[in-house]
Amino acid sequence: MTEHIAVVGGGTGGTVLANDLADRLRAEIDAGDVRVTLINDDRDHVYKPVWLYVPFGQRELADGRRPLAELVDDAVDLRIDRVTDIDTEGQELQYREGGSDTYDHLVLATGSTLATDEIPGLAAGGHDYYSESGAETLREELLSFTEGHLVLSVIGTPHMCPAAPLEFVFMADDWFRKRGLREDVEITYTYPIQRVHGNPHIAEWARPLMDDRDINVETFFNAESVDAEANRLTSMEGTDIDYDLLVGIPPHRGVDLVEDAGLGDDGWVEVDQHTLEAENAENVYAIGDTADTGAPNAGSVAHYQAGVVGRRLASAVRGRPATATYEGKTLCFVETGMDSASFVEFDYENPPSPVPPSEKIHWAKLAYNESYWLTARGLL
Amino acid sequence: MSETLDADRTVDARGAACPGPLMDLIGAVRDVDSGTVIRLLSDNDQSLTDVPEWADESGNEVLATEETDDYYEIYVETK
Repeated sequence: MTEHIAVVGGGTGGTVLANDLADRLRAEIDAGDVRVTLINDDRDHVYKPVWLYVPFGQRELADGRRPLAELVDDAVDLRIDRVTDIDTEGQELQYREGGSDTYDHLVLATGSTLATDEIPGLAAGGHDYYSESGAETLREELLSFTEGHLVLSVIGTPHMCPAAPLEFVFMADDWFRKRGLREDVEITYTYPIQRVHGNPHIAEWARPLMDDRDINVETFFNAESVDAEANRLTSMEGTDIDYDLLVGIPPHRGVDLVEDAGLGDDGWVEVDQHTLEAENAENVYAIGDTADTGAPNAGSVAHYQAGVVGRRLASAVRGRPATATYEGKTLCFVETGMDSASFVEFDYENPPSPVPPSEKIHWAKLAYNESYWLTARGLL
Repeated sequence: MSETLDADRTVDARGAACPGPLMDLIGAVRDVDSGTVIRLLSDNDQSLTDVPEWADESGNEVLATEETDDYYEIYVETK
């Protein structure tokens, strides 16, 4: 009897995992003992880190898209469809295009969605670079912005790529300086808690850089509403900020499928943070943003978690105890300008210690972004 | 304290790394009416300072903080 591994979601985590399984279980797949299905509702794989560079005119949206069929090993059954229901008792998936399929092992890698509408006025008054449409619209605004108040407001956490809001204001500061416009552009950064980043070590590193560059900071600022007519952002704490260009990092949610299946709240699957097994169902894993581990919602996290789950599933298929665990490993490049960047590496036990920014690290980041497609293929 | 202080809603943030408990509390405050009492369950020591600081800043009130063997119960009344 063929053992079926279903992977839902063709982002970084799901794609790396599907290719990892194709490699790791090649013999079992060839013998017909195992089949691996990757289900995604878009024909393309989307590499979201490209979006940070789009508003500055440095990258195009097309740079972040490639057909999944070109990235996924032929040993994987690629299904372009959407899972509309999970029966964790019967271990069965329902598909939007019709039909159903049972699974022996399920991995949810459905990622984050934006909940922009949760903040009244944000859709009308704000811009973002956390979506293709947002990055494209923001580019039109930013490229023609020569004076006024640029406000970046982090509205909800967790959000994708926790460093990206810091990167954006550091890049904007440098970008306007190099163009001789910085004196005419005021930059303000807001964050929901009492420091500029969720991780205290990164916050402690970033705050002096922001002060040195005259980037205004408002902490304990939780955006409550946006008045798009008056160009005013109001916080739950009662602070108003008038803006000329608002970049909002919208609240994030997972997909409804997760909550509907009783696997966790707000679309995040409750998991053991080491094994990545779902707490509320058997034979279900979650990786990447979908897994509520406390690790950042970052591509490197999804990548490393995919490797762990690949090893655990291979153990299960072969009837061996699964011993691979995820220990919180996270790697992030952090742009500190248009041609400098820092780098952090940390895990559950060891906090980050950002290295001094340099041009070399900036180029390492850009080089990795180019070679990402090898990661998606499971080669890097 | 829990015998005399009833919560209208409980937010269980046990196991969440900082700033998860505070953000979970803020998310709940967004959803409820003024005068609602929220009980935040947190096993993160940082919550003992994060939550009162944010409450002061936002005009919400920390009514009480209870400590059990494994976690804290922080009662917050929304403004």
